[in-house]
Amino acid sequence: MILTPTILAALAMIGLWLVAVISVAPVMLWLERRAPAFMQDRLGPNRLGPLGLFQAIADVLKFIFKEDVNPAGADRLLYLLAPTVGFVASLLTYVVIPFGPEVTIAGHTFPLVVIDSDAGMLLFLALASLGVYGLVLAGYSSDNKWSLMGGIRASAQMVSYELALTIAVVAALVPSGSLNLSRVVDHQIASQLLGFLPAWNVFTQPLGFLVFLVAAFAETNRLPFDLPEAESELVAGYHTEYGGLRLALFYMGEYQSMAILSALGATLFFGGWSIPGVDAAAAGAWIAALPVVGPILGPGLGTALFGFSVLLVKTYIALFIFIWVRWTFPRFRYDQLMRLGWKVLLPLALLNFVAVAALAVAGKI
Amino acid sequence: MLLIVFSLLAGAAVGSAIVVVLHRNPVVSTMSLVVTLVATAGLFVMLGSPFLAALQILLYTGAILVLFLFVIMLLNVRRERTAVTHASGMLVGAGVCAVVFAGAVVRLFWAAYSETTVAPLQADSVSLIVVARELFSTYLLPFEMIGLLLLVAVVAASWVAQKGEAVESPKPPAHGDPR
Repeated sequence: MILTPTILAALAMIGLWLVAVISVAPVMLWLERRAPAFMQDRLGPNRLGPLGLFQAIADVLKFIFKEDVNPAGADRLLYLLAPTVGFVASLLTYVVIPFGPEVTIAGHTFPLVVIDSDAGMLLFLALASLGVYGLVLAGYSSDNKWSLMGGIRASAQMVSYELALTIAVVAALVPSGSLNLSRVVDHQIASQLLGFLPAWNVFTQPLGFLVFLVAAFAETNRLPFDLPEAESELVAGYHTEYGGLRLALFYMGEYQSMAILSALGATLFFGGWSIPGVDAAAAGAWIAALPVVGPILGPGLGTALFGFSVLLVKTYIALFIFIWVRWTFPRFRYDQLMRLGWKVLLPLALLNFVAVAALAVAGKI
Repeated sequence: MLLIVFSLLAGAAVGSAIVVVLHRNPVVSTMSLVVTLVATAGLFVMLGSPFLAALQILLYTGAILVLFLFVIMLLNVRRERTAVTHASGMLVGAGVCAVVFAGAVVRLFWAAYSETTVAPLQADSVSLIVVARELFSTYLLPFEMIGLLLLVAVVAASWVAQKGEAVESPKPPAHGDPR
């Protein structure tokens, strides 16, 4: 096997994403205790390490040292397989999300995205749609009625909201005329609205963004739509019978899909890796001119660092909104959830899509 | 290198397809079908069409097979029907499938070894733009008709479901439900 510069770059980008995506879970574990604590005028866990940061490490250690229990009636193969399915599916989707323009490093030019494909958005949706199997299989294989109810709810809910989510995403792709997310970002950078606003899709398609936002909460099973694990009704839903590291895998999968959907939302609606008025290449050159790190990085890696940091900041802002909403809204009832998905979100998404398509045909976009 | 990847994908596709047919547990069968479809999607990628691969995973594994699982799990919950199968009906179905499959295989080898070789499918002909243009121009009428057919089927299914529910057992109103 030949390690061409393209393959090396792809491996490096995969490594960068892996670190960023996997580290989301411990960071969120900490943030999800401290942030709501301050919202509720408490302090939250603040004893372990500075700002209570080491609490996440303690949590992880606790997960590792738990006994690995297998329920007697469980379908063993599927029971062991289920936690990894959702985890892996959410770990794959980042490959199509761009975090910078084309850069030149050591004489080789390549785009800052792992798979620069014209079917990029479809690949994302396809891989993300595999995540539901983790929940469904967990619910089925545990041989527990609460788990089974959770699994059934998860499958119905995620398939229902996937429709509205996909249509909102498609509408956001129309202005750029491409399924390649790099082109979507380029299009949002290229122009301005009313002379001062960046041409982010959130300003041109606020309705589409609203649908995307609500559907993203349902797709990741977060409050107010965490019906598959509603503890007041189903004990713990689909992962009732799980403990230790397998339970941790479910949590990590959930946090990862939240992070990936956040990154996708930032890319589709908030200009991705760009800051309005800042040229990425100029930012890279500025980083390259810094005293110590500059000469090591050079302008190419500097641009990559800039783009990735911007995307990461936007992603974490979205993740904070996830937490904010969780501790603000009560849980929906299941019939309300289905009614919202099919009778409100889907028509709104279609309306938005038809309007955007009509404007595009008329040549206004 | 490519041969190794192809062998892995093809082996996974064939092996899991056999499990789909032979396994007793319908959930395991469905999950094997997932593996089959994903492996076939991988073959599509190798043939240079990530578009087709993404579409296959998105539609079949992401939506249709989830509904398969959904239905299987619902039936298990109610313990209404265990697999109601008629041996003779199964034999007829299996026979028809076998004949169709054998015909397809023969046709493939015929095409592969005949003098007039069929032009290989170009990746361009299954790209998003080409497929969309064909679908909404040349094949617009069949496309719309299939949509209508599916709509009719959905309406009929929901009507049958509602009717069956009303006849079987009038359920007491759910607790706390205002309606």
